[in-house]
Formats: sequence, C-alpha cells, structure tokens
Amino acid sequence: MPENLVTVRDLHFNRGSRTIYSGVDIDIRRGKITAILGPSGTGKTTLLRLISGQLKPGQGTVEFDGQRVADLKRSELFELRKRLGMLFQTGALLTDLSVFENVAYPLREHSGKSDQEIYRIVLDKLEAVGLRNARNLMPSELSGGMARRVALARAIALGPDLVMYDEPFTGQDPISMGVLIKLIRSVNDELGITSVVVSHDVNEVLSIADYAYIVADGKVVCHGDANTLRDSQSDWVQQFLNGRADGPVSFHYPGPSMEDDLKAGGLV
Amino acid sequence: MISWLSHLGRSFIFLLQLLAALIPASSKLRVRLLTQQIWSVGNQSLVIIVVSGIFVGMVLALQGYRTLVTFGAEESLGVVVGLSIVRELGPVLTGLLFAGRAGSALAAEIGLMRATEQIDGLELMAVDPVRRLLVPRFIAVMVSLPLLTAIFSCMAIGAAGAHLIGVDLLGVDSGAYWSQMKAAVDFNHDVLNGVIKSVVFAFGVGWISLYQGFFAAPTSEGVGRATTRTVVLSSLFILGSNFVLTALLFGGL
Repeated sequence: MPENLVTVRDLHFNRGSRTIYSGVDIDIRRGKITAILGPSGTGKTTLLRLISGQLKPGQGTVEFDGQRVADLKRSELFELRKRLGMLFQTGALLTDLSVFENVAYPLREHSGKSDQEIYRIVLDKLEAVGLRNARNLMPSELSGGMARRVALARAIALGPDLVMYDEPFTGQDPISMGVLIKLIRSVNDELGITSVVVSHDVNEVLSIADYAYIVADGKVVCHGDANTLRDSQSDWVQQFLNGRADGPVSFHYPGPSMEDDLKAGGLV
Repeated sequence: MISWLSHLGRSFIFLLQLLAALIPASSKLRVRLLTQQIWSVGNQSLVIIVVSGIFVGMVLALQGYRTLVTFGAEESLGVVVGLSIVRELGPVLTGLLFAGRAGSALAAEIGLMRATEQIDGLELMAVDPVRRLLVPRFIAVMVSLPLLTAIFSCMAIGAAGAHLIGVDLLGVDSGAYWSQMKAAVDFNHDVLNGVIKSVVFAFGVGWISLYQGFFAAPTSEGVGRATTRTVVLSSLFILGSNFVLTALLFGGL
C-alpha cells in the first residue's frame, strides 16, 4: 500500500481573478494527522473541497488513494465520498433531525444495515464522543462544541478512511477545545484512519499533528513536524506561529504614512 | 445584462436537473419526507388562504351587486362571482399569497441550509441534495397549490364569502345565485382551465423559490435577497403567465 492516502501535486486554483493556489505539493500520509495551517482567507477550506471533489483544480492533480479526483464521474465521486468524513466549521447538522438521526443518516442512506445494527453503531459512535445520552436532543439544543462532537460522530459513522476537519477549534471554550483535541487524536489512532486538520489555531493543532504544512499566498511556506516548524528561520513563520502583531506582515494596512495624510489634510 | 442572462441560463440548467431527478427520486421517495413537506408548504398556508378567500368573495359580492342592481340584474351575482373567481382571481390570488407565504419560506430554508453548510454536508455524505431536499419540496408545491386554489375558490364563492354578503345581507335569492352560477360556469371550460393555471403557477413558484434558495449567497444578506427575489419574481411570473394563459385558454385576442 502506498504511503500517501492523498497526494497533491503542482496544484493551481483560481477563484475569479484571485489566485488561491499557485503550485502546491502536499502529501497526506496514511494513519497520520496532517495539519494545514495558514492565515484566514488563504483557501484552506478550498483545499478540502478540492480533495472531496467539490471543486476542480485549474492545473495539477489531487489523488485520493491512487484515483485522480477531478477525473471521476459523479457516481464514482459519490462512492469516494463514502470513504470521506468531513467536520464542518458549523457542524452542518441537519436541523430537522435529532442527534441520533443525524448520526444514523449516512448509515440509512448508504449502508443498507438493519435498524438494530444502525442503533448499535450510532450508540457506539455517540459513546466515543461522549454524547450517547444527548441522542434525543435536537441540533438547536446543542452548544457549539457539542454540535461539533455530534458532527464528528456522524463523520465517522460509515467508517471512513479519511476525516477532514475544517477549523475545528474556532470559537470554542478551553474545555471544548481540549475535548476536541483529545477526540481528533483518539479517533485517528483507535479507528486507524487518516486525518487532515485545517486551522489557524497554531498551538492546539501542533500539539496533535504528526506533520504540518503552512500555506500562505498560494504556496507552501514551510512544512515538517512541530519542532521543524518552530525552529524555522523564516521571520514570517515565526510571526505566524507566535502571533506577533508586527513583523513581515505589517500591523498597518499598506498605504501612505500618517504624516503624509496629515500633510494632505493641511494639518502639518 | 450578461449577468442577467447567465442567471437565466443557470436557472434553466437547475430546472433540468430538478426535473431529471424528479422521476428516479420520486420512485424511491420516502413518504415521510413528502408528507412533511406538504404539511409545511401546504397546510401551514391554509389559514391565510381561507381568510383571504372569504374576504375576496365578500368584496366581490359587494361591488358586483352595486353594479348589477343598477341594471336590475342582481340575480346574476352568482355568475359574476363564480366566473371571476374560478377563471382569474382564485388561481392568481392564491398563487400570489402562496408565493409570499410558502415560496419565501422555502427560499429562506434552503438558503439557510446553504449558509450553514448543510447542503455541502449532504454532498460530502454522498447524498444528492437535489433529490433529498429539492424534489420533495417541489412535489409538495405542485400538490399543494392547486388544492389551495380550490379551497380559496370555495371559500370565496361559498357561504362565508360572496354568498354571505350577496344572499344573506343584500337579499339576492339563494336559488338564483346558485342556479345561475351553475348554468354559466362550465366545468371543462372554466374550472379545468383554472386548475391548469394553478398547476403552471405552482411550477413557477416551486422553480423560482428553490432556485433562489439553492444558489443564495451563504450570508444573512444573501438569504434575505433570495427571499425577496422569490416573492418578486414569483409574483411577476404569476401575473405575466396568467395573461398568456388567459389569452390561450379563453381566447378573445
């Protein structure tokens, strides 16, 4: 079995006239947690959509387990997506179904299993995220962190090969954050799946990632394990990882200086 | 102009997708999904349709009587009310009310599902959102609007609407009211054509509202715009196609 589950080569992608990616190589290794880090608006979510085939690259290839995602027919793409689980930023639970039915949903659609088997699997998955007793609640009754845990249970219901997390830590309190970090690690290791985490919460992600890529301005700026990144000589990487307000990325929006503006207003 | 054309093109492609999914999806459609939608689309529009029907019938009787009585022809009130409701006012007003009540709600619901990533979520679970979300709603609209039109017309013509004002208050003979109406309103020519109209309107409202919701920009602003456009475009569609249908079905041009 090849080492990579997902291989991205020379990826180019434009949205309108805006360049999102210009030549990106990314390897996602089987059984590992790979983190994609980068500032807001660098198209990290776009990368996940390219892997799931919701978008097609302008140039270059995205391969999932040896198959070129962009070349797949719709039916083949749907087969591939059964092997993918994705955790959306908002959880994306179906609001008209209870927690139990949300987790059961992909099973009912695809597995052809009996109600009893589905009941067992759903309880299993909800137990894994600690929400077995919340199974009768509706999504509107859940906190943000709980909704994400339910979404995680749903994402792993079909036993996927790859789970993708889109900004899993955004807007979480420290406890939910800790729970999610623990869950991502344990789900990855116990179920033997592969994980991709897209985020800008540097410390949380680096604490669990086996390998990380930092993406900015359409390129991979730096990649390696957590220590390699922390030891990076690049000022930009240091500013990003340590969250400094000023550095290569200036605090001020580019333009004329304050002095010039005052002069222009006739004040100096 | 170009963006307007591209919208038009995209909405036709969307319609083809919807219709293509209609037959295979409805053969394995879960009954619960459909009844749920008929409940929310149809049943929840019932009150506004019933109340509006009563008032429209009442006002029609009042105005019709005032005109007819000057010719001594007030006994023909049933004809005036029956024909205008069955041919025009019933389908058109029900369509407009339905677009405002149910069409806007559909656009907002689907638009919010887009904004909260539920539609992406379905796609990623290898579930076709057109089949799971749109087809049941479209069928529900196609079933509900003609039925609501029938209810509206009955309420307008019947004992609580025009009959109450014309017969019980203004003194038109009840027998004359019904028998003249029965003699003048033809089933094939009038009632069936009204049904055809309401089916066309249902098609338009379903198409417009689902399209607007499905392609809404995923922001609160975008969802707001989708609902507004649904009401505006559906209303224009109904009024415009009504003129064409009247010309085609009843002739006279």
